[in-house]
Amino acid sequence: MPFGLVKFGLRKAYPARHQFTPANTKLKKRYDVVIIGAGGHGTSIAYNLAKYHGVTNVAVLDKGYIGGGNTARNTAVIRSNYLTEESVAFYRESLNLYRNLSNELGFNVMTENRGQLTLAHNDAAIRNFRWRAEVNQHLGIRSELVDLQTIQEIAADLNLSEEVRYPIIGGLWHADGATARHDAVAWGFAKGACERGVEIHQLTEAQDIEVRDGKVIAIRTNRGRIECGCAVQAVAGSSSTVAMQANIRLPIHTFPLQAMVTQPYKPSLFPHISSPQLHVYTHQTSRGEFVIGGGSDPYPLYNTRATLEQKESLASAIVELFPHLAQAKVLRQWAGITDMTPDYSPIMGLSPVRNYFLDAGWGTWGFKATPICGKSMAELIATGHVPEIIRPFELERFYRFRQVNEAGATAASH
Amino acid sequence: MKLLNCPLNGPRNIAEFSYGGELHTMPNPTMCDSREWAEYVFFDRNEAGVVTEWWMHNASAYWFLAERNTITDEVVRTFPASEMFTERVDSINADKA
Repeated sequence: MPFGLVKFGLRKAYPARHQFTPANTKLKKRYDVVIIGAGGHGTSIAYNLAKYHGVTNVAVLDKGYIGGGNTARNTAVIRSNYLTEESVAFYRESLNLYRNLSNELGFNVMTENRGQLTLAHNDAAIRNFRWRAEVNQHLGIRSELVDLQTIQEIAADLNLSEEVRYPIIGGLWHADGATARHDAVAWGFAKGACERGVEIHQLTEAQDIEVRDGKVIAIRTNRGRIECGCAVQAVAGSSSTVAMQANIRLPIHTFPLQAMVTQPYKPSLFPHISSPQLHVYTHQTSRGEFVIGGGSDPYPLYNTRATLEQKESLASAIVELFPHLAQAKVLRQWAGITDMTPDYSPIMGLSPVRNYFLDAGWGTWGFKATPICGKSMAELIATGHVPEIIRPFELERFYRFRQVNEAGATAASH
Repeated sequence: MKLLNCPLNGPRNIAEFSYGGELHTMPNPTMCDSREWAEYVFFDRNEAGVVTEWWMHNASAYWFLAERNTITDEVVRTFPASEMFTERVDSINADKA
């Protein structure tokens, strides 16, 4: 065995090439594109710019490390059963890209086609689900209203008793629903981008954005000033504060969202289950842990602290759905920071500052959009034209009172 | 349990309150253009730091103001709206506020 190690150490392949830009790489004086934020979205934009548009003089900056912000803090759910045509078209495309993402990146992102079941506990929810199912089917998405018998076949352990506070009366079954490993998504995009010449500078914080004559010209960082042809911010959880460096006000309020996982169990639940009324959702990961998430906190905060109230509310709701989890121990808990918009839809595209692009307002729905958002934003940056698929999500919509209302279909928020 | 000091009811569990948004000046709805109105309705500074905001004690429907640090969640002080407003602000006297 030790000989094997020595042999490996002496081989040319060792040390292996860095997957990402090495830590001591100097910043260049100028980049064509500077991307602020090296999460899933930032690295996805960089990857698409390099691979499909030949734009490789790109720097991705992150004040922390790759995928270490809210990319690491979401609960990795992918679905497209929204209510408006604009959202369905957008998220449907993202889901299609996720299906082939491991092949595309040459990196296993562990996409699992679980299906998603949203539960109805009252007539209003059934009406809403029927509406969503019709819209979804019309746009080619697998989404249907299901009765209790089907629910039992989908999730045998789900408590369908009437002896609870809010009995389940039906559900919306979305066979296309899935999960993927969130870290791997950021790593895969980052690796692919770096292989094509993009530089990812970690521990490099954007501290000020220089704007002259209404146009972005440079970014000041803790490691010096870099000039840029254009810049894009992809900083979920800090969208307002980063945009404010360029004097841009956004229609965003920032809330924590708390989640937790239980100790591991034998596989018993495959689909993702969500209850908008109980403000809880769960699925069992391939490690056996139940990931439990819910609505955002009741008031804004830039902090990932835990509160007993929120944990209590998650626990009481999940025990109503899966009584056997009453014995479960909580293995770990955390919070993500969500940039909530008034219409529960993202803000993508142009900003009031020329050559400064926005990828913001991702609230509780950012992870599922990572591939399509990167693809569309890269197209916008490379060609200067706003792709049709993201046009409805421009910042300008708020000035025209043309919101894309997804409050009802965003199950896991207040 | 986190406490919020209601100017009317004293210290109560923060779960008894509703958050009512940042304090900002309403433009005169009869005079301002639609962009200005959109800014007022949708846009906020959303600052990370000490922010003055509206809160309501649900059971008594009492609205008041609080200065709260949105990074540490520390409430600096709470005070009745009468400290800042001497009369009702609506479309008729919006400019005076």
